[in-house]
Amino acid sequence: MNCTEFLANLADYFDAKTAATLRSELAQHMDGCNHCHVTVNTTRQIIEIYRNNELYELPDSIRTQLHQAVLTKCAELKDNKKKTKA
Amino acid sequence: MTSSKIERAALEPMATLTSEEKEANALHPDLLLVEKVKAGDLSAFEQLMRQYDRQIFRIALHITQNREDAEDIVQDTFFKAFQKVNQFQGNSKFYTWLVRIAVNESLMRLRKRRSQKTVSMDDEIQTEEGSIPRDFADWMPNPEQNYNRAELADILRKTIQGLPPGFRTVFALRDIDGLSTEETAQALGLSVPAVKSRLLRARLQLRERLSRYFRVATGEHAQ
Ligand SMILES: [Zn+2]
Repeated sequence: MNCTEFLANLADYFDAKTAATLRSELAQHMDGCNHCHVTVNTTRQIIEIYRNNELYELPDSIRTQLHQAVLTKCAELKDNKKKTKA
Repeated sequence: MTSSKIERAALEPMATLTSEEKEANALHPDLLLVEKVKAGDLSAFEQLMRQYDRQIFRIALHITQNREDAEDIVQDTFFKAFQKVNQFQGNSKFYTWLVRIAVNESLMRLRKRRSQKTVSMDDEIQTEEGSIPRDFADWMPNPEQNYNRAELADILRKTIQGLPPGFRTVFALRDIDGLSTEETAQALGLSVPAVKSRLLRARLQLRERLSRYFRVATGEHAQ
């Protein structure tokens, strides 16, 4: 496996479903290649950092407003359906 | 890269669920709620909204980068889901189906904001050469500790906002939201290889952009 092939399979490296054979081929390449080793480490860090830091919070007050607005529209839709059926 | 605009998604082969995944889906607690919603139960629908509104908001904001739009998208997505709930056949998880509606709504908003310019998942996708990393510097063990919360959030936001929409959406769904590659493909109407290739390039671009904040300070690993 060369670096290009390694990169092509990098998406699978973090996937628990990845087959053991591919996983060990990837690990083998990584052992002998500092570039790919660094790429994997930093990629893992990127994923962790983005997962651990919520960038876009939705405040509860706004959530409640949004739910109410949607539910009102849904109730109207239900009523209209009933009326057309009647 | 084949052109794969999301509107055409329905015509293109998509990732399908394995029998194993279908079985797991059949047991998913959402399905019970969805059946209640189909029977007109609004409180079941409210429960689904509570469960997923934050995630839908986050995805919409990652795509549109506009808070007001993202709030509207949450509303529109859930109302559309309610309207079309009978079309949900359980071929995917309910959440994946919801994300797909949200992505379409978000792209529509993005198009409106940019007026003439059409926006698709293919937007600004570069050629293959763009995927070869130029920066091989290793990072500090816990680079986020060098910044306070607000600074870090600022860096992370600025960085992901610099990616093309097609890249940052795949990264947001797959790596932040934790959808599987197949689910991401379903939600975006893309093939699995297209998702993988976007994800790779998204990660590599993020890596290159974040390196100046997070790389080891000594300089000995510098290119
Ligand atoms: Zn390598």
